[in-house]
This record gives sequence, C-alpha cells and structure tokens, in this order.
Amino acid sequence: MKNSLQREVPVGFKPFVSPTAFQKKPRIMIPEKNTNHQIVFFESLEAMFKEMGISDGMTLSFHHHLRNGDEVLNQTAKVVEKMGLKNLHFAPSSIFPNNACLSSLIKNKNITSITTNYLNGDVAKTISQGYLENLLIMETHGGRARSIEAGELAIDFAILATPAVDCMGNGTGSLGKNACGALGYAIPDLKFSKKVILVTDTVVDKIDNPEFPHSYVDAVVVLPSIGEQKGIVSGTTKITTDPVGLKIARDAAKLLHELGMIKTGFSMQTGAGGTSLAVADFVKKQMLAQNIVGSFASGGITAYYVQMLKLGLFEKLYDVQCFDLEAVTSYRDNDHHFAMSSSEYGNPMEPNPIVNNLDFVILGATEIDLDFNVNVTTDSNNWLIGGSGGHSDTAHGAKVTIITTNLIKSRMPIIKERVTTCTTPGEDVDVLVTERGIAINPKRQDLLAQLRNSRLNIKPIDELLTLCYQITSKPQVVVHDKKIIGVVKYRDGTIIDSLYQVKK
Amino acid sequence: MRRSLLFIPGNNPAMLQNADVFESDGLILDLEDAVHINEKDSARMLVSHYLESKQTHSLEMIVRINGLDTPYFQKDLQAVVCQQLDTIMLPKAKVKDVLDLSKMLDEIEQTKQISKEIKIIPIIELAQSVLEVNELARFPRVNGILLGAEDLSTDLEIERTKPGLEIIYPRFCVIYACKAQKIDAIDTPFTDTKDEQGLSKDCETAKMFGMNAKTAIHPNQVSIINDVFSPSEKNIAWAKRVIEAKKKAEASGLAVFSLDGKMIDKPIIDRAINILKKAEKFQLL
Repeated sequence: MKNSLQREVPVGFKPFVSPTAFQKKPRIMIPEKNTNHQIVFFESLEAMFKEMGISDGMTLSFHHHLRNGDEVLNQTAKVVEKMGLKNLHFAPSSIFPNNACLSSLIKNKNITSITTNYLNGDVAKTISQGYLENLLIMETHGGRARSIEAGELAIDFAILATPAVDCMGNGTGSLGKNACGALGYAIPDLKFSKKVILVTDTVVDKIDNPEFPHSYVDAVVVLPSIGEQKGIVSGTTKITTDPVGLKIARDAAKLLHELGMIKTGFSMQTGAGGTSLAVADFVKKQMLAQNIVGSFASGGITAYYVQMLKLGLFEKLYDVQCFDLEAVTSYRDNDHHFAMSSSEYGNPMEPNPIVNNLDFVILGATEIDLDFNVNVTTDSNNWLIGGSGGHSDTAHGAKVTIITTNLIKSRMPIIKERVTTCTTPGEDVDVLVTERGIAINPKRQDLLAQLRNSRLNIKPIDELLTLCYQITSKPQVVVHDKKIIGVVKYRDGTIIDSLYQVKK
Repeated sequence: MRRSLLFIPGNNPAMLQNADVFESDGLILDLEDAVHINEKDSARMLVSHYLESKQTHSLEMIVRINGLDTPYFQKDLQAVVCQQLDTIMLPKAKVKDVLDLSKMLDEIEQTKQISKEIKIIPIIELAQSVLEVNELARFPRVNGILLGAEDLSTDLEIERTKPGLEIIYPRFCVIYACKAQKIDAIDTPFTDTKDEQGLSKDCETAKMFGMNAKTAIHPNQVSIINDVFSPSEKNIAWAKRVIEAKKKAEASGLAVFSLDGKMIDKPIIDRAINILKKAEKFQLL
C-alpha cells in the first residue's frame, strides 16, 4: 500500500494522509499509573530484574537525557545478555553511539524490536544491515508521547536514568554528580508504563518539586554510576565558524527580518547545530539593536539560549532536554527556565503544545526534495543516521518552518528530485535557505508576496537543483534493497515512509 | 567600482567551489603567497580549470600571479589568461614590471584571441612602489591599486599595528594616485580574521581616508567590508532627494538650489550621482 506521498506502507500499518489528519481523531489515553505501595530499593539491575519479573518478550523503555554519556541503557543490556532474555522490545527515546553494545543483543535476538525517535552510531549500522528481527519503529518526540499515552507503545518497564533520587523515591535531573537537567522525554514513560524503575547513582534526603514524583515509581536501583555527565554535551553546541554555514545563517536572519518575524513577543526554536546557533546569534544581534524581547525560546536548550535569557532577550525558556552543562545549571537555578514534557512540547493530541506557539523554527536537513519533503533519518544510501526527534513536530507547529543547509555536502547535492526517506512532509516546510539561494514553498504564497521586493536571492527550488547539477552533475540514483527494515511514523502514528535494508 | 575582493588560495578546491557565494565583488585567486612552492603547478591548473568552468559570472575574476622576479609568472600567465579572466594582480609591482606585464598581456590576448582587455591591479608592497604609485596609476590597463601593507612593513623594517598609524603615508599615496586617475584605491587586508570589531574600525578608517574597497583574507570578512564600503541607506535616500530636487530646479532654470536649508551645487550633485551609481552597481536600490 502507498500513502499520500506515494511511499510504501507495510501491511498492518496506517498510511500517512496529511499533517492535519490527526485533528479529526479523538485523543486516546490509557489510565495514568499510580503506585501507592512501598517503593523497593535495589543495589543492582540484575536483582531488580529478578525481583520485578522482567522476562522474555517484554517492552523496556529508556530516555536519552544523558545522551552520549548514558550508561543505564548499556548496563541494562548487559543484564539482559547475562540473563539470556530473548525477544525483548527496547524503546529508548534515542540511541547514541555509546550504546553500541546493543548491536550484539540485536544480532543474538535478545532484542528483536526497537522503537525510537533517533539513532546513530553502531546500532544504526546494525539495523541498516537488516539484523533487527522485527521492523524498526521510528517516531517523533511528540509522536512518542502520543503513542505512549494511547497505549500504542505499551511499556512494561520504564527504566529511567535519574541523576538523584530521595528516600521517598522522588527523582530529579537537577541534582547529583550526573545532573542532566530537564527530563521531559521520560514523562510519558513515567505516567503510562506498567512499572517504573528509577536508576540512580545519587540518593539524597529530600527532593523538592521532583520531575519524577514517587507516586509513579515502583522501584529504585542505586548504582555506582549511571553514566558520564560530560557526555550530554554531544554534537555541536557552538556557533559555526564555517564561512558557508555563517553565510546561510546570515541570510536566514535577513529573511526573518524581512518577514518581520523578529518583533516584541516573538518565539523561536533552533536546533543545537552550529549553523542554527549562528542564526540565533544574528537574531540576538537584531534583538539587542532594536530592544526586542521575545516571549520564549524552546527545545533542547544550550548555553547560548541561557545567555539570551540572562540578557533579558526572552521572557522564558521551555526546555525538554539540556544540551550542555550551562543549561543544566540554568534549569536548576533560573525561575524563568521551565521544563516541558515531550507531550507538552509536541504531542499532536495536546490541546496547545508548545510547538504550536512557535513563530518560527530553524531546522536542518540531510536531503530535501522538490516538494520540500525533508529527510533527516537516512543518508542517500539508506544508512540510518538520525531521525525526526522534534523535526516533524516543530515543522508542523511553527508558523514558519525554515530549513538551513548547505546546497552541496561532500560533493553531493542536498536537494533531490525525491528524498531517499521522507521524515517531515513538505507541506509543513516553508523555506529552504542555502548558500546559493533561498527557496520558498509555493504553498506559502503569503511569504512569497511579502518577499516580492526583497533583495534576497530567492529562487524556485528546481532552479537550485539545476545549480547543484551544474556543480556536481547529476548523481547516480541509489537503488535500495527491497527488504523493508523499519517504518517512519509521522507524529499521528501513520506511516510516512518505510526504511530499507542497505544494499549489500 | 569595487568594495570587497576576497583572496582564495588557488590550490584549495573546496574553497574554490564555494568562493562565489560570499557576496564579494571579486575573487582574487591566489597563485602567490598562499601556494607552497611544491604546489605551484597544481594550483595553476586548478585555477585555470576553475576559470574555464565560469562561463557566465557576475564576479570580477582576478588572479594574483607570482611576481615578475620569480621563475613562475610566465607559466602563470599562460595558464590563467582567458576570456573569463578580468584582472591580473601583480605583487611587488614597479613601473617596469607593469610595463612588461602590459606587453605580455598584449601578446597573450592576441594569441588567445581574447576579446577584451585584461586589467591590472598592482600591489604596493615596496618602498619603491610607493614612490612610483602615481606613474603606476596612469597605465591604461591599471584600474585599481592595492596597498599591501604587510610586505611593505617588511621592506620598511617597521612593525604593523592594528591602528595602522605606520601606514598612513602609503595609504594616502595610493588614495591620491588612484583618485587622480579615477580608479579604485583598494586597502590592505586586515589580518586578524577573528577580530570583527577591529576589521570594522579599520574599514571605517580606510573609507574615511578615501579608500574605495578592501581585500578580505577570510570569507567571514566580506560582509563587514561590504557594509562599510556600501553607501548607507541614509545616504542613498539623501542622494535620491538631491536628484529629485535637481530635476525640479532644472525645470525652473536654476543651477543652484537648496535642500533642507543647505545650498546644493555641482560638487554635491556629483556626490549624489556617485552614491546612486554605487547603490545601483551593488544592487542596493
């Protein structure tokens, strides 16, 4: 079966129709769990596994707030391997390169299903090669929250890395030697899993305003270490110095200026990449020059946004995860730095998720096609290299969605006639900013009208593609293997695209 | 008419690929100081292919060849002079060098049947060149002169500083020589690529003295240089009003008129015309 974007949908899944189709569906919510019995404390994951009855075929969920410094997923995997458990379904919100140990469990069928929002590193390679027995399910951050609350992703045990836990079983991300700040991605797991296990390396007497209230918690495992705090600073969290990246960022900022988007009370989100932060830097300069105060910035928060908050350039920050240690400190100490759950952030079924209040969002792309569909899930050879995360959620919610990317990377055009994998539908993508020109989605005639007399280098996207071909010539089309190894779920749970095994 | 010229090492394919996106008015494809002696041949080939690939371009294409006191310049010229090339930049230029280069270009243009005159930008990098700058500016092919303060400081045995007090004299020499011949006075590059404020200040100083343009040694310098050397929005608005008032005055048979309580006569009208010409050239209207 094909969906509305003419992408293959495996049997048993619902096809993507449109980004707004979810509006006609009712919000489904299973009852929130509530545990009022005594919380059990364990000194090892293995003891907890045995006592709590984790067995073959169960679904275990995890969050990724410790990012590339997380050890809870890895240590859990070791216990699974040691106990010889089989056919488990792992549902971490993301998988990072430091989780490479999962690969052998996938190959040995300890883990046969995975649901996640983002993955790269060795596990991504293993799954790309077809080793995962069942289909990989890729969700969005908001989609995962929806899926968990609806019971679609039914979690037997949420095993949640928790930087500090008190004697009552309350947990927080703000304290402890591995403090990671906001714990937004884990909130749906906390509320709707059958059992919740907090895994910590720091026990304190009392936690005020815990992100994880003890009423949801069944057990606590206290380990010598849950990871490496410095590992949360993964990826690029500094403004790019690359001239091409800066040129793109400067043009994106000029575009925002010409669209009149930098005005009192505006809201924005960017990724943590160097070019995105450079856009934020140009925006910051405009704000300072014109005494503009925005209402909020949101998303994963970096030191850069913390600094803007301190300068009074935003009234508040909405933080779903901290990208660096400055953000962790600010989240703990600044009353205007708020946590948000992944549901409050981007769940399409929420009455008013934060993404819907964004004036604009700056996002990246691995590929973008002539219909403005964006791929951030695979490379052009079908290797898994990422995933939506909040890409589709913010793209749909924001009033203007801007993709910033080099037109050519490693001699390959980023614009394609058709993206290898569709992550975010073109209907939700408004503008593409590259170093050689800006393309506006023809569906946004309002933006085109506003920019009619602009001095910006605005071109139809097919002209940018022609420009690419003049420089790189037309790349040979990669023929993918016919075997489907996974699906990309849009935020409403429908299938926007399938994932294929890499060509051997 | 130039504001910014960006140096690109001739032996760096990745930089060449993106060289034309930074909105400089011209590119200086460098075969001289940026290219190690072992890479002179490959750089020459790369620059030659790059120029040939630019069938249509809006940027001025300049090649800085090796000096006429080196064994490389003849091969440089043979490789890079083509229809797509606009200008040769000549290091450590003296009058005799520019004369020789002009003759060589005459011959190569004829041999290669090039349908335009390749221009020359001499670089003032020697004390002798400073003394000869008025003569250099008079050569028909010369349409701009670049001050090369780093090499000049070496020749003068002085230390370069950010405020640039030590180069005031050669700066003015270049400016007056160029202005007398109505060609571009191009300022020396600002070498601290991380000091944006310093660059901006240096551009303002150069502009105040009379420089028309500045060279950039890093793409991130171009937008700052363009900002300073472009007519400001305020100046463009003023120039438009002057021209509008001039038209009305002419209709009334007046050669001199007033605007905002100030007398407007020919020098001011010429200044306004010049601003609007620049604004049009740099697509600021």
